[in-house]
Amino acid sequence: MIRFEHVFKRYPERGEALTNISFEMKVGEMAFLTGHSGAGKSTLLRLIGLLERPTRGQILVNGRNLATLPRRQIPYHRRQVGMIFQDHRLLPDRSIFDNVALPLVVTGLGQKEVGRRVRAALDQVGLLKRERATPVALSGGEQQRVGIARAIVGRPPVLLADEPTGNLDPDLSREIFELFERFQYVGVTLLIATHDLALVNSMQHRTFTLDDGRLLNDTGRW
Amino acid sequence: MAKQRSRRRRGPRLLDLPGIWLGQHLQSAMATLRRLLETPLPTGMTVAVIGISLALPAALYVLADNLRTMAGGWDQTAAISLFLQYETNDGDANRVAADLRGWPEIAQVQMITREKALDEFRALGGFEEALEQLKNNPLPVVLAIYPRTEHSPPAQLETLQTKLLELPEVDFARMDTLWLQRFQAILDLIQTGVLLLGGLLGMGVLLIVGNTIRLEILNRRIEIEIMELVGATAAFIRRPFLYAGAWYGLLGGLTAWLLVTLAILLLQGPVSRLASLYRSEFPLSGLGLSAMGIILMGSVLLGLVGSWIAVNRHLRGAEPG
Ligand SMILES: Nc1ncnc2c1ncn2[C@@H]1O[C@H](COP(=O)(O)OP(=O)(O)O)[C@@H](O)[C@H]1O
Ligand SMILES: [Mg+2]
Repeated sequence: MIRFEHVFKRYPERGEALTNISFEMKVGEMAFLTGHSGAGKSTLLRLIGLLERPTRGQILVNGRNLATLPRRQIPYHRRQVGMIFQDHRLLPDRSIFDNVALPLVVTGLGQKEVGRRVRAALDQVGLLKRERATPVALSGGEQQRVGIARAIVGRPPVLLADEPTGNLDPDLSREIFELFERFQYVGVTLLIATHDLALVNSMQHRTFTLDDGRLLNDTGRW
Repeated sequence: MAKQRSRRRRGPRLLDLPGIWLGQHLQSAMATLRRLLETPLPTGMTVAVIGISLALPAALYVLADNLRTMAGGWDQTAAISLFLQYETNDGDANRVAADLRGWPEIAQVQMITREKALDEFRALGGFEEALEQLKNNPLPVVLAIYPRTEHSPPAQLETLQTKLLELPEVDFARMDTLWLQRFQAILDLIQTGVLLLGGLLGMGVLLIVGNTIRLEILNRRIEIEIMELVGATAAFIRRPFLYAGAWYGLLGGLTAWLLVTLAILLLQGPVSRLASLYRSEFPLSGLGLSAMGIILMGSVLLGLVGSWIAVNRHLRGAEPG
């Protein structure tokens, strides 16, 4: 589903942020991406979502070669990749419903179908009753769940999460990770960047470890 | 993977696509209008500036139009009054008139006999006593020459005048319509002014709309970024801004029309009073349907182009770093 072949990413100001990364993830696989701050976790995820392009190497997502994907196709690629951020990236002046509906609205889906799918997504994250609220009225954990609902509402085959529990206490974090496991059961491929090692170790999933841009350790087989 | 595919197939079907596309546009247009009306003050100010900018050339156009209508009533005035030699009698004058009617550049010749001229002179009043003193009618026969309209340009009229002066029976020829020619030239000048002012202020409207849309794009940067993140196409993101430009144009055009119509209503009273002093009526004509159509279409187009420029400069679509 996701395949990296000798990927390098260099920032002119910093030098190499990712060095010779190669790995492959199968459909329905769930993996953690760990490493110290500045190791390159966010950069790796941004490459998959085509928020950035690699300096060298090839990335294939769902059979698509991102290197040869024309710019006009980028939006359609992003619809296949749900992204969750530590800072949620919600629109503060829109209701929870509108925030979650955004990925569907931009595809031009009919209003009725949008309503149905948004409520299904909100139900999955346990926020069905808060659809009229605005993000500021929600707690950090709830806001993160809105971000998750927005990422899954379009039913993308790939889900990326960048330190989704960075600001949450251990109980809430575990809840969120268990939510991710449920998505894995329905066939979604998940890659979750986190430095919550305790939680990673308590769950039996493949784990990539980055160290200063190099893939140090991959507990999975490929 | 196969399971994934079939689950994802519940999207729009091909036959529904034109309807979806139309519906999306309508929805986007109405949503944009609603958003503009939610902030009535800034929207109203932009619309007012556009309206005033467009009202100026439109008002000038209406002015030229009315002046032209006014001048149209004078077109029947003779272009050249031909005063024949005093000795020429009515019979000779008739012969000359018949001869002149055969000239290609002359449409019509009207003879004013000495008797008729005297009657008209008497009718003016104040000269009765002076006329009583005279034994003979002092007035010559006058031929009123109406040239064909295609011979109207001043230069050609002058050629005609010279030609007429060469006739032995002619004493002198007076151009009656030189001032009308000048008036026409002024009208042409105003018309050029309409175009120039229209072009200039049209550019102004372009800049106003462009700048307004640019600010709006900057205000909504975060929202745009998130929409790009979740897979919005460049076209989808641009659409509401283009509609905003078109709405600004349309509302501005309507404002311009309203301003001009209001001005005409206010001016009609004084103009009627002025006309009545000349024992005449002069109903002002407003912006006709076609002029209004041109203004509205032009203003919508200006709004669209203005926003298109801003959108093209500031919304390039998702671009990975
Ligand atoms: N846009 C950028 N420009 C320059 N350097 C960057 C940029 N993004 C990330 N970096 C650098 O690349 C390295 C990896 O960053 P990042 O992927 O955010 O690490 P992590 O998410 O593991 O903390 C860091 O040293 C960071 O400073
Ligand atoms: Mg990071």
